[in-house]
Amino acid sequence: MPLLDIRDLRIDFGSTRVVDGVSLSLAEGGCLALVGESGCGKSVTALSIARLLPTPPARYAAGEIALQGRDVLRMTPAELRAIRGGVVSYVFQEPGASLNPVLRVGAQIRETLRLHRPREAGETEVVRLLKQVGIPAPEQRTRDYPHQLSGGMQQRVMIAMALAAAPKLLVADEPTTALDVTIQAQIIELLAELRRQLGMAILLITHNLGIVGDLADRVAVMYAGQIVEEAATGDLLRRPLHPYTQALLRSAPILGREQDRLEAIPGTVPVPGQWPAGCRFAPRCPMARSECREQVPVLAPCGGDRLVRCPFVET
Amino acid sequence: MPLLDVQDLRVHLPVRGPVWSRPTVVRAVDGVSLTVEAGEAVGLVGESGCGKTTLGRAVLRLVEPTAGRIVFDGRELTKLERGALRGLRRRMQMVFQDPFNSLNPRRTVGESVGEALDIHRLAPTRAARSERIAGLLTSVGLDPAHADRYPHEFSGGQRQRIGIARALAVDPQLLVCDEPVSALDVSVQAQVINLLRDVQRERGLAYLFISHDLAVVEHFCQRIAVMYLGRVVETGPSRAVCRQPRHPYTQALLSAVPVVDPQSKRPRIILTGEVPSPLAPPPGCPFHPRCPVAEGRCRTEAPALRMGSDGRAVACHLAGD
Ligand SMILES: Nc1ncnc2c1ncn2[C@@H]1O[C@H](COP(=O)(O)OP(=O)(O)OP(=O)(O)O)[C@@H](O)[C@H]1O
Ligand SMILES: Nc1ncnc2c1ncn2[C@@H]1O[C@H](COP(=O)(O)OP(=O)(O)OP(=O)(O)O)[C@@H](O)[C@H]1O
Ligand SMILES: [Mg+2]
Ligand SMILES: [Mg+2]
Repeated sequence: MPLLDIRDLRIDFGSTRVVDGVSLSLAEGGCLALVGESGCGKSVTALSIARLLPTPPARYAAGEIALQGRDVLRMTPAELRAIRGGVVSYVFQEPGASLNPVLRVGAQIRETLRLHRPREAGETEVVRLLKQVGIPAPEQRTRDYPHQLSGGMQQRVMIAMALAAAPKLLVADEPTTALDVTIQAQIIELLAELRRQLGMAILLITHNLGIVGDLADRVAVMYAGQIVEEAATGDLLRRPLHPYTQALLRSAPILGREQDRLEAIPGTVPVPGQWPAGCRFAPRCPMARSECREQVPVLAPCGGDRLVRCPFVET
Repeated sequence: MPLLDVQDLRVHLPVRGPVWSRPTVVRAVDGVSLTVEAGEAVGLVGESGCGKTTLGRAVLRLVEPTAGRIVFDGRELTKLERGALRGLRRRMQMVFQDPFNSLNPRRTVGESVGEALDIHRLAPTRAARSERIAGLLTSVGLDPAHADRYPHEFSGGQRQRIGIARALAVDPQLLVCDEPVSALDVSVQAQVINLLRDVQRERGLAYLFISHDLAVVEHFCQRIAVMYLGRVVETGPSRAVCRQPRHPYTQALLSAVPVVDPQSKRPRIILTGEVPSPLAPPPGCPFHPRCPVAEGRCRTEAPALRMGSDGRAVACHLAGD
């Protein structure tokens, strides 16, 4: 039984669908990366796992989210409280908006410890957690308020707080955007270590394809509320099949390569509610044929354990 | 004359320790000199917590410098009264690292972008105003029909782009961008970087561009300054610095850039030793406790940033000889 099994999840904001039939599965100790265009529904999908979206305006329109075999969408408030933190904990995308501005960071971490590992809820463990994420002079930093920390320090405090709960599943939404590459490498190493030692699973949302390669076993690519490709990390990075994934990999600037303009995918991302009929990527796809604008492609197996939402890929 | 000339800037911020201890300061920026020419993009990179955001905020006087001079277009900002400063505000804008907290949650994004236009009376008619707002939102890849939505109704990367649209609205001469594309997927990032470059070419906009993404900095910026613990340790043309870094910290930083293609992995220089804190910076070279090549004098004598003949400067006793 997988630790997390999302089946055909559909989420609406008001009358607009933003997540449209997403299925994902993650085994204990596994790491799945979720990548895709800004606004395609990655964070909304991730927040649904512990049912953290405010309802309304959000509405779980269909599907099921099985966490340790139990459907989160049917849980009572008490059951939800029990899984939040202890089973699944989050590194939120915007640390500045997620830390409590009027509490010292040490107190915030201690509070998480008190809830989930009460016997270790002391200063020593708080300092150890901060040190583990590379905060210099952690003994003094526990007394800082969030606004006294740099963006990258706030992000590391969030990571320390998420790890304090010793979760089975860590949902890390852009966990290293404010970190320089040396500290980023250190955090990736730490997460890999926790997977090996404790069997912690990770759902990693990132636009940094380099860290996808370093940490994830599998990658799911999202576009306009749907998954368009899923494969083992090496296969996907080496040989992307969906035209969107191919275009995405071409857009990344590469250190040492001279380029006057970066290769952005032409056109704009369709917004929820205005998704095109047929294939949602067709209006921007360099390989689109006339059929693509009418036929709705399905996410279909495509050799090995790959899935692709495009009937015309060459394998 | 450079558009922006920062000389020996220091920003020391007070922090309170436990009640019984004496108040201390964080030496967030500790003697930085830096110039940005009109129409130039200067990248600012360095370890998390080394003082980049504080430096950027000090340039706009959103935080008061402790010492040093900031000269913008020939006028010394550090001496200006608040009133005189207001006139210059339009010409210098900032894209904040934390988009969520920098947007007013009770205003629609159209109001936030339009507010800047109103303050500086840049839109003569209602029609011109909404047209300008729509144009700005479109240019950063957002749907202009969403101008009447509130910040919480957007994704992280969408909010980041709203911050960029707002900063560009008033047609500034200098834009301090603090991690402006960190939340964007590479395709939207490419679109935004291309836009910033177009504005640079068409209107001569200058940038102080803070980023952890060295590939983006190398691509977008003409020059680069590498900071470590409140000081600049290396500067030069960005291509040259990225190809042949001279300071041991810059070398370690570049070696840690993750690569997409697993086959082209390079050896990483792993930094060991205690990460120093700006609460108690080490004596001598700030990098010596972690430097793989440090020797005797590095522990006692702080190296000055020495300018070489090739437009590059390094603060290291051992570089270049
Ligand atoms: N409260 C809300 N009301 C209406 N629409 C919303 C709300 N929250 C999110 N959305 C929309 O849902 C879509 C998906 O948002 P989500 O935050 O999941 O994107 P994302 O993939 O995480 O993007 P990013 O990479 O920019 O963080 C976006 O188009 C966003 O505008
Ligand atoms: N208001 C404040 N009060 C006290 N200390 C502060 C304050 N703002 C920043 N600092 C401290 O100043 C130092 C530099 O912070 P700054 O935000 O400038 O770093 P940064 O280079 O932008 O880092 P990052 O890359 O993580 O965003 C840090 O040690 C931080 O804790
Ligand atoms: Mg997101
Ligand atoms: Mg910062």
